[in-house]
Amino acid sequence: MKSPLPILALLTGALLSFGLYQARVAAPTEQTMGDIQRIFYYHVPSAWVAFLCFTANVLFSIHYLVRRSAKVDALAVSTAEVGVVFCTVVLVTGPLWAKPVWGIWWTWDARLTSTLVLWLIYVSYLVLRRFSTGSQKPVLAAVLAVFGFVDVIFVYMSIRWFRTQHPQPVIGGGEGSGIHPDMLFALLANFAAFLAFALLVVWVRYRLERIRHSLDEFHALAAVRAPEEARSR
Amino acid sequence: MNHLNLAYAATWLIHIAYLAYLAVKFAPLKREIEELRKK
Repeated sequence: MKSPLPILALLTGALLSFGLYQARVAAPTEQTMGDIQRIFYYHVPSAWVAFLCFTANVLFSIHYLVRRSAKVDALAVSTAEVGVVFCTVVLVTGPLWAKPVWGIWWTWDARLTSTLVLWLIYVSYLVLRRFSTGSQKPVLAAVLAVFGFVDVIFVYMSIRWFRTQHPQPVIGGGEGSGIHPDMLFALLANFAAFLAFALLVVWVRYRLERIRHSLDEFHALAAVRAPEEARSR
Repeated sequence: MNHLNLAYAATWLIHIAYLAYLAVKFAPLKREIEELRKK
């Protein structure tokens, strides 16, 4: 069977192009901030996708701790890695938006600080997976993922629990929150596009992880069989 | 380049850099599979 990857990549590319058009052309200009507010259409969907990746990561990690499935472990590392990429986008686009609007690149408020900590936790997770050796590596990573996920909840709730420089939620933020329907459409279009892109990348990353795992198993088996074959000769 | 264009460019630079990292990291695996198939 031919791989559906090229077709899915084309569809994702079309979605991303549509999202870009919505963000840069179709969405109305915000009255107070002007065009700079259009960073919103990349910044917020990237944060949502990062949250979803980290949520998927903790679910796969819990599943791994219960069942010890190599496939689930591969899904866990794939979602964590893609989540870190999207979290990086959030941490880069945020200051680029903050400087012209707040007059500063960064402030140590609850939302910004906890997001930086979140990025550091999942980078630590990936470093642990990359450099630790031994059969307990996936277990240690899964435990770290479970504890690390607490910060995902903290990041999400931080603008509700604390007074922050970062704006209050514009969607689902209670009374007074909400945006123009055309802005909401542009936001959701970009969210759908980046979600499709993330799913595609996770899928590719998962397949590559499985190939690496299969090759490792093959070499381990070959190493065990080599002395046996030498003896039988 | 203003901050808006910079933010959009940075977003795509990060994603493209990650895709390039995946391609470079896993190129040896593909070569290894090809060699094993030949054997």
